[in-house]
Amino acid sequence: MKNDTKVERTSDREVAVTRTFKGPARIVFEAWTKPELLQRWWALKSYGMSFDSCEIDARTGGTYRFVFSHPDFEQPVAFFGRYIEVTPPSRLVWTNEEGEDGAVTTVTFEERGGETLVVLRELYPSKEALDEAMSSGSIGGYPDMFTQLDELLVALGH
Amino acid sequence: MLILNRMVQYFQTRFDTSFAALSDATRRGVLEQLGRADASITDLADKFHMTLTGMKKHVGVLEQAGLVTTEKIGRVRTCRLGKRRLEEEAAWIEKYRQLWAARFDALDVVVEELNRKEKADGRKKRK
Repeated sequence: MKNDTKVERTSDREVAVTRTFKGPARIVFEAWTKPELLQRWWALKSYGMSFDSCEIDARTGGTYRFVFSHPDFEQPVAFFGRYIEVTPPSRLVWTNEEGEDGAVTTVTFEERGGETLVVLRELYPSKEALDEAMSSGSIGGYPDMFTQLDELLVALGH
Repeated sequence: MLILNRMVQYFQTRFDTSFAALSDATRRGVLEQLGRADASITDLADKFHMTLTGMKKHVGVLEQAGLVTTEKIGRVRTCRLGKRRLEEEAAWIEKYRQLWAARFDALDVVVEELNRKEKADGRKKRK
């Protein structure tokens, strides 16, 4: 059976993502903290994104910086922040500093009989910040809308 | 990570240029503003440095799209976000879920490979 990714708005300020992986916490944690491993799964290849560079200093107080490209981006986009807590193999906390009102992300790794339950929580500074993240992500249309738009433009002969 | 929103912002830029009539920057600004607090048309006109008539038109378009509702109390017409907002939240959550599901499917592959490697290394050590 395919593993389910669950997403839930857990409070006014928080969204949580849950998923189980077939492997010990030690291994799953490694895949989140070693750049050569994270680069293999974080970039969203199916969305057409590519990972230009990935710097991770996975220590409490250390920083990270990810740079992505997409054919539709005018220039590469950087995501960066700081690790507030790094406790192998059970807990990772980092800040998201690329925009105002960035969330704090907490990931916990809980091993159960050889499998690992991963819970990722994004806590926003206020209800308004999360509401705004949600509305800026939906007003004006999503990528699939643009697929439709592209098809329409092709049909119109552009 | 706010990558979904970042991506959408870029797509919005494209949207603006190709379909200005459908996705107007002022109207998006009005929606953002109403996301923070309800406002009268006069407030909105002031905030966006527009005439009352101009703002009424924008609000009218948003109202038709179901994004905004208005209510006249006394002489003041108050605007607030429409019911669509709840649908927007549900849509955002679904997009967000799809994003993480795609990532996690790729992570499965990495974890499986590390598992196999560890087992193979373990066998070598025991020999």
